[in-house]
Amino acid sequence: MSEWLERHVPKMVLAPSFIAILLFVYGFIVWTGWVSLTRSRLLPKYDIVGFIQYDRLFDSPRWDTAMNNLFIFGALFIVISMALGLLLAILLDQKVRTEGVLRTIYLYPMALSLIVTGTAWKWILNPGLGIESVIRGWGFESFRFDWLVNPDFAIYTVVIAGVWQASGFVMALFLAGLRSVDEEIIKAAQVDGIPTVRIYSAIIIPSMAPIFLSAFIVLAHLAIKSFDLVIALTGGGPGYATDLPATYMYALAFSRGDIGQAASSAMVMMMVVFAIVVPYLYSELRAKNV
Amino acid sequence: MSDFAASTDPTSLTKQSNFSRIALRWLLYVLLGVFALYYLMPLFVMVTTSLKSLEEIRTGSLVSLPREITFDAWATAWSGACTGIQCEGLKPFFWNSIQLAVPAVILSTLFGALNGYVIAQWQFRGANLIFSLMLFGCFIPFQVVLLPMARVLGIMGLAGTIPGLIFVHVIYGIGFTTLFFRNYYVTVPHELVKAAKVDGAGFFRTFWSIFMPLSLPIIVVTVIWQFTQIWNDFLFGVSFSQAGTQPVTVALNNIVNSTTGVKEYNVDMAAAIIAALPTLFVYVVAGKYFIRGLTAGSVKG
Repeated sequence: MSEWLERHVPKMVLAPSFIAILLFVYGFIVWTGWVSLTRSRLLPKYDIVGFIQYDRLFDSPRWDTAMNNLFIFGALFIVISMALGLLLAILLDQKVRTEGVLRTIYLYPMALSLIVTGTAWKWILNPGLGIESVIRGWGFESFRFDWLVNPDFAIYTVVIAGVWQASGFVMALFLAGLRSVDEEIIKAAQVDGIPTVRIYSAIIIPSMAPIFLSAFIVLAHLAIKSFDLVIALTGGGPGYATDLPATYMYALAFSRGDIGQAASSAMVMMMVVFAIVVPYLYSELRAKNV
Repeated sequence: MSDFAASTDPTSLTKQSNFSRIALRWLLYVLLGVFALYYLMPLFVMVTTSLKSLEEIRTGSLVSLPREITFDAWATAWSGACTGIQCEGLKPFFWNSIQLAVPAVILSTLFGALNGYVIAQWQFRGANLIFSLMLFGCFIPFQVVLLPMARVLGIMGLAGTIPGLIFVHVIYGIGFTTLFFRNYYVTVPHELVKAAKVDGAGFFRTFWSIFMPLSLPIIVVTVIWQFTQIWNDFLFGVSFSQAGTQPVTVALNNIVNSTTGVKEYNVDMAAAIIAALPTLFVYVVAGKYFIRGLTAGSVKG
């Protein structure tokens, strides 16, 4: 008996977590998927009627704006964060004496809550008292910077704040990557008189392809889940101008009481995330098991 | 002396390249400095704004130092600012966040350590599948579990309570904590467990006396990661709490976005700094472990 117990203890220790994940992750996904196929409004109903919620979703101009914003925000956020992160990593890699201090400064925003980041940038970008008034104070009386309240540009303020928060993290990833490139190859290239720019563009950066991929995955994942930043910075406004799928889902679930719509939008978000993450995780896990 | 030696260098060519090297070096430091200012600017603005009077904010400049330092805004943010109908400042919500984060961090770390230990060292059929399922679970957008979780918390009688939030954070934290410990324990040779078995040590004994003493670095990484995640969380906080049980991030957002009365920017900034202080403190004290958690969570996936 005690031998049997001893043999099965590992499974029994893992079981609660496994059951919890099965239930609260996969079970819940099934539940949300199911409800997204019903006519649920304020309360969930369970008779499947087909894809009407998705039809409503794709017909909704607000969802359209949210998906467009996700595309604009996601693309700019990822590209700028990666470019800035790579630039900072290369600059820091030049045997800079104050590297430790600078790294700490570049990365600290990552320790902040997005609500804090949003609050800070909301104040800085405030048209009346923020940057606009600073630059006007320097003599440029006609300077205008009202992106925060301008429906056509408000989404770019989310990009500004998002990049500020995440680029230091990309820098840390890339810096670790730069440091892991074989020193011997670089030394050999230097001996051969190859200019530094070429060494980076032809040797070091291509060898960091996997790090580009993981930086991309992490940033894309952050972009799709972005919720707090928009809430704190613009509240989704002006109007719906800066809505993202995450804020749309929340609004329909908790303020509009439209569970069917909320469920279908959540399912679309999940599919977007999985389209990006699943191939990546699959290849990672396979590589590990071989 | 070395300057003199350099200037008498025979070829003008090296002089030229020396000059351009120094110029490049300067350019490098200027660029790095400018970027440092860019990252520090919002923090600087937050701190200076929080120390100004409302009068000075209206008449002065965003980037100027306060003419007169006042801590009134800090006092208001801590114990007087309105988060809706309640006007008790951030204090009660800061306390909520502590009550929430401490047990949630401890529990999720404990589960992660045991799970990681099983998956890495007690391989059985299906263990890898379980690990993969847990890993995929880390990446779902939480929007997809909000609705059913709200109902389940209601059924369990935990809706709008701090224990309910602890439960949610533990459940959705286990994936990451398991990942951290699994990747750490996988580097420990299996012979160690075998030897312990020969000596008659069982599952828990081996864990406690062999693995725990090795685990300090990964415990620090996990605790910091979980603490930062949970303290900074907003989505679960705003979805599953009610007036009185909200965590500090939700209260901060309510203070900043409350539409009643005069907009007190200095109070907003003081409140934002207060809400950020615990994680900033952890970052400054244990930045090395913070970064290790970040990169482990993303690269080693």
